[in-house]
Amino acid sequence: MSSHDLHARRWRIAIALTAVVAAIYFGFILLIAYRKDVMATPIIPGLTVGIVAGALVIVLSWVLTWVYVRWANRHFDAGIASLDGAGK
Amino acid sequence: MIALPGLLTTSAQQAAPAGPATAIGEPNTVAMVFFFIFIAITLGITYWAARRTRTTEHFYAAGRTVTAGQNGWALAGDYMSAASFLGIAGLVATSGFDGLIYSTGWLVGWPVVLFLIAEPLRNLGKYTFADVVAVRLRQTPVRLSAAFGTLSTIVFYLIAQMVGAGTLIKLMFGLPYNTAIVIVGAAMIAYVLFGGMLATTWVQIVKAALLLGGAALLAGLVLARFGMNPVALFAAASDAYGAAVLAPGKLVANPLDTISLGLALMFGTAGLPHILMRFYTVPDAPAARRSVFIATGLIGFFYLLTFILGFGAMVLVGPDAIRAVDAGGNMAAPLLAEFLGGTPFLGFIAAVAFATILAVVAGLTLSGAAALSHDLWTNVVRKGEAEPQSQLRVARVSSLALGILAIVLGITFKGQNVAFMVGLAFAIAASANFPALVLSIFWRRYTTAGAVASMLAGGCGALALIYLSPVIQMDVLKHTSAWFPLRNPGIVTIPGAFLVGVVVSLLTRDDRALAAWDSAVHDMVVGGRAP
Repeated sequence: MSSHDLHARRWRIAIALTAVVAAIYFGFILLIAYRKDVMATPIIPGLTVGIVAGALVIVLSWVLTWVYVRWANRHFDAGIASLDGAGK
Repeated sequence: MIALPGLLTTSAQQAAPAGPATAIGEPNTVAMVFFFIFIAITLGITYWAARRTRTTEHFYAAGRTVTAGQNGWALAGDYMSAASFLGIAGLVATSGFDGLIYSTGWLVGWPVVLFLIAEPLRNLGKYTFADVVAVRLRQTPVRLSAAFGTLSTIVFYLIAQMVGAGTLIKLMFGLPYNTAIVIVGAAMIAYVLFGGMLATTWVQIVKAALLLGGAALLAGLVLARFGMNPVALFAAASDAYGAAVLAPGKLVANPLDTISLGLALMFGTAGLPHILMRFYTVPDAPAARRSVFIATGLIGFFYLLTFILGFGAMVLVGPDAIRAVDAGGNMAAPLLAEFLGGTPFLGFIAAVAFATILAVVAGLTLSGAAALSHDLWTNVVRKGEAEPQSQLRVARVSSLALGILAIVLGITFKGQNVAFMVGLAFAIAASANFPALVLSIFWRRYTTAGAVASMLAGGCGALALIYLSPVIQMDVLKHTSAWFPLRNPGIVTIPGAFLVGVVVSLLTRDDRALAAWDSAVHDMVVGGRAP
């Protein structure tokens, strides 16, 4: 594997994860804009779908950074190590 | 509905003179004591850091010795502004769920920073994001265009922060506006000028710890009254003020507007020069990676706390009492602190808000100074041939000049409506800086002409469309209509800047850039340029 392959792999992962964050966040905004009734639905007294969704946007954003860090620590860094072994 | 710091400025002008019984706005001994302790500690840090700041590498990048954990806290401290603390808590307290939309918007840029920018930037650049864009391209035109993007982002962000600082301090301590601006400016100049990035980093770490600690303590005291159960708190809010406070209201009236602002927030974070600069302070790319994970966790936790603080203030203090002190609701968190812990706790929270502003303006000034001295002076005027000691001298002169400029701008814009300026800073960062960075990192065919055209089109486009938008035409100039309908130009200028960059690159040739691609990819992946 070359550094070009690694760079291309990172690009694919990065673009896919960026698309996921964008889908989560803009999905949340579009629900607020067009389906206020869904967001206003109470799950239990004091908790609506909207509040849970808002908290989930924050938590999922963080989880996605964890997914990337895990991938990079395991696969990207291992790829670099194998590059070093092959004399780059 | 754009930038939160605007709330700090517009609302204070309408602050009601007679509110309920509160110590807000009166000289507060505890606040002063906490504030001077903070100043004393941070100046001590600056003295310690100044003795370790002998080269430009120390001045701009803290010698690349900051650990991933430290950088995670410093990134959080660099990013979380007083507006996000006071503004969001106030919005939730006065309008319920709608305020939470901001809590999410200000966080979603961080994953993008991590996925697309942080590691290649750390490996390819030295001190500024222009280093990365210019790596394969012609230095002078690229550095000039990048400096335009950097400095306009920084200046608009600084104006919003300084005006917010002056208004906030006047509101909370009863200190005259100009005095407050000069105190903030002088402390910030001291940190940056003498202590460089090392002092700025530790000021940001201390601030992040104070802000998170203060907010967590406040949220804990609120929850203690509701059996440590946030849902019981939300239910109490719903019982007292109607179920509508837990559901979307009128804030998202025009979805296109909200999406445009969302795009600017999401991609602007990855183009903020003072945030990007922090990645040069860590030893390598894996540390840069871990630091974003830590920062996102801290900032996300903080925005989750704003749910509790906002609804806590709504239930315990009441929206009317909050609006009586400040029509924009910015005093919700301080009032909540006063309710729960009396004047001493109010003083502590007020001092935390002050420290918050200081850390942000220090980071902004340092990155502006890097654009002036590293990009413009060293690499454009001196064509990269400058003595290390003269580089450091120019860096210090630039920080001093920018610090004084920040004070002058803060005083000049006193009482002005600067609400649009943070939105504008994010729009420029997302349109001028972010597309240029992504294309230079991931696209082999990118050319000098393409980069320059993209940065100028994105930056000028954002400036022009904001000028033509209701934000300036109707809110500031009081015209009855605006040529451009949206309040944030992101949805037009971000794709536009990408398009211009791609089309102009395809129409031009840059053989040097093509030839340098292999070594640039190697450096981005393996590291090696920056020590």
